[in-house]
Amino acid sequence: MDYFLELFLGGLTRGSIYALIALGYTMVYGIIQLINFAHGEIYMIGAFTALIAASVLTFAGLNQLAIIVIAALAAIIYSAAYGYTIEKIAYKPLRNAPRLSVLISAIGMSLFLQNYVLLAQTSNFLPFPELIPEFEFLKPYSHIIRPSELFICITTAVIMLLLTFLIKFTKIGKAMRAAAQDKTMAMLLGIDVNLVISVTFIVGSATAAIGGVLIASHIGQINFYMGFIAGIKAFVAAVLGGIGSIPGAVLGSLILGWTESFFTGYISSDYEDAFAFLFLVLILIFRPSGILGKKEY
Amino acid sequence: MLLKKGNILLTIFTALAIIISGFFISSCGETQKSEEVKQSEKTEQADQAAETEEQIEDKESIKIGVIGAHSGDLASYGIPTINAATIIVEKYNAQGGINGRSIEIIVEDDGCKPEMATSAAVKVVGEKVNSVIGHICSGATKAAIGIYKESNIITISPSATNPPLTQSGEYPNFFRTIASDDAQAKLEVDFVLDVLNLTKIAIIHDKGDYGKGFAEFVKQFLENDQRAEVVLYEGITPGAVDYSAIVNKIKESEAEAIIYGGYHPEASKIVTQIRKKNMKTVFVSDDGVKDETFIKVAKEYAEGVYATGPMDTSSNPLTIEAIKEHEAKYGEYPGAFYLNAYAAMLALLNAYEVSNSIEYDDIVQTLRTEYVDTPLGKISFDEKGDAIGIGFSMYQVKEGRFVEIKQ
Repeated sequence: MDYFLELFLGGLTRGSIYALIALGYTMVYGIIQLINFAHGEIYMIGAFTALIAASVLTFAGLNQLAIIVIAALAAIIYSAAYGYTIEKIAYKPLRNAPRLSVLISAIGMSLFLQNYVLLAQTSNFLPFPELIPEFEFLKPYSHIIRPSELFICITTAVIMLLLTFLIKFTKIGKAMRAAAQDKTMAMLLGIDVNLVISVTFIVGSATAAIGGVLIASHIGQINFYMGFIAGIKAFVAAVLGGIGSIPGAVLGSLILGWTESFFTGYISSDYEDAFAFLFLVLILIFRPSGILGKKEY
Repeated sequence: MLLKKGNILLTIFTALAIIISGFFISSCGETQKSEEVKQSEKTEQADQAAETEEQIEDKESIKIGVIGAHSGDLASYGIPTINAATIIVEKYNAQGGINGRSIEIIVEDDGCKPEMATSAAVKVVGEKVNSVIGHICSGATKAAIGIYKESNIITISPSATNPPLTQSGEYPNFFRTIASDDAQAKLEVDFVLDVLNLTKIAIIHDKGDYGKGFAEFVKQFLENDQRAEVVLYEGITPGAVDYSAIVNKIKESEAEAIIYGGYHPEASKIVTQIRKKNMKTVFVSDDGVKDETFIKVAKEYAEGVYATGPMDTSSNPLTIEAIKEHEAKYGEYPGAFYLNAYAAMLALLNAYEVSNSIEYDDIVQTLRTEYVDTPLGKISFDEKGDAIGIGFSMYQVKEGRFVEIKQ
C-alpha cells in the first residue's frame, strides 16, 4: 500500500509540474492557435533566474522564507517579461502569416533561448539550493512524501484556483474567453485583442516559471537543456487533455504523470516514454481532440 | 548478340592495348627486380663495410605505422598519438636509434571508419612496416586487425577498448595500453561482493551506449557469481523531470547496493532523491560519474558514493616528463590517449631494444615477458594482449573529494 501511495504521490508531483507548463501551451493555443515551442525555455529561464536571485540573497544573508518569496517573484517577473517580449518579437509580426511560419518562428525562438542561456550562463549542471524547508509535521511520513513534493502539489492547486478565478470572474478573463471564441468578433466589440494575447503570454510564462523554480528546488540541479524534455512532455499532456482547454491541460498532465509513475513502478522504466506516448496515441484515436477538448470545425 | 563493326574494332583495340600494356608492365617489373637485386647486393656490400667500421646507419630502419583518426570528428582522439610517437621517435633517433637501426614512422588516416581502416592497413602492409601503433577506434581496429595478423605485424592500440579484441584470443598480434570496457564492471562487481559484502544489487543504466553496455557487463558478472542476486535491472530516461518512481522501485526491491551505468547528471539526481528519502543504499558507479560536477551538484548527498576511474598517474615522473615534452614541442597540453600512446610506443621500442631483433616472434615474446616503465606505470602484457598494470581504481567521495581506495 505504501508503495502504491509513493508512486501515486510521485506521479502527482510530476503531473503538477507538467500542469504548470501545460497551462501556458493550452492558453496560448486557445487564443492564437499557436504551439509556443519556446515555452519550455521560459520554464528553464525561470529556474535560472531563481538560482541567481537565491544565490545573491543568500549572500546578503536573508532568512529562508524571504529568499523563497523574492527568488520566486524574480523568476516570475523575469520569465513573464521574456514571454511578453517573445510574443512581440517572434509572433506578433507573423499574426496573419500562415500557421507554419509562426511554428517555425517558435522553434527558432526555442533554439535561440537555449543557446543564449548556454552561452550567457554555462553548459554545466548547476546545483540549485533547497528552497523548500523541512516541515516538522511531515517527519513521520517522510518515507512516503517529501516536503518538496507536498509543497509542489499544494502550490499547483492554489495556482489552478487563482487561474480559474482570473478566467471566470475578472474582466480580462472574460476578454480572454471572448478572444478564444472569436478573435475578429471580440475585436469588433472593442476588446483590445493584442492586450489579451500579451496577458495570456505573461500568465502562461509566470506559471511555467513557478514550475521551473519548484522542480529545480525539488531535484536540486538545473542546466540549459532542462526545458526541452519538460516542454515536450507538457505539450503532450496539453494535447492529451485537449489543447485549448485549461481543465483539460491539468487533467492531461496528471494522467501523464501517473501513467509514467505507475508504469515505471509496476512494469519497467525502460519503456516509460514509449508507453506514455502510446497512451497518447490511444486516447487520440478514440478522442481525436483530447479528453476534454472541443471538436474543431 | 549482334556487334556493330565499330564495336568490334573497339574491342580489338582494347585487347591490343591491354596486351601491349601488359608487356610494358612485365618488362618494367623485370627491370625493377633486377634493380632490386643490384640494390640488395649493394646494401650487402655496404653492410659489410659498415660492420667493419661501425654498426650504425646502414641496417634497415624499423618502420612503425601510426594509424588512427587524423581527420574528421574524432581527429582529436588520433592526433595525440601521432604526437606521442613523433616525440619518442625523435628522442630515440637522436641517441642513434635501436641497436643500430633508425626508427621511421608512417602515418595513415583511417577517420575511425572500418572501410578506411582496412585500406590504410593494406597500404602500410605494402610499405613493409614492422609494427603498428593503432588504430584508435574499436570498430576500425576490428576491421584492420586481421590484415596485420596475416602479415605478422604487431599492433598496439592506445585506445580501442572493445573487450573481444583481446578476449577472443583470435589476434595474438594485438596488444593495447588501455583497459577494456568490461574492466570497470569487473572491478565494481568484485568490490561490491568482496569488499562491501553486499549481495542484493540493483543495476540501473541510462539506456545509452556507454551506460547500458557497462550495465550489461555488470549483470553478466553478477549472474556468473553464486553469491549475488540482481534484484532490479532497469533503464531510465536521461533528462526526465524527476526520478521518484525509480527511486521508489529501488526502495521496494530492497537492494543493498545500486550499480549505476551512465553519466553524472542523472546519477546526482538519483543519489539526491535516494538520500532525501533516508535510504542508505550504497551507490556505485562508473567513470562517467567520477567527475567534479557530480560532487558540486549532489553536494552533501554525494558523500560516500563509490565510483571507478582511471588510475591516478599524474604524480608519476614519467607522466610529468611526457606532458612537458608535448608542451615544449606543440605548445599545448596533450589531448586524449596521449599517455596511452606514449606507453604503447615505449613498450614497443623497448621490445625491439631488449630482444635485439625485428622478428615477429621475438617481439611478441618480449612484450609478454618484459616490464617497462611508462607514464601509466610499470606495464607488461598478458597472453591475450591486455596490459598488466593498467586499469581502474575505486574512488569514494570523502569530504567533497574523490579519494582513491587503496586495496
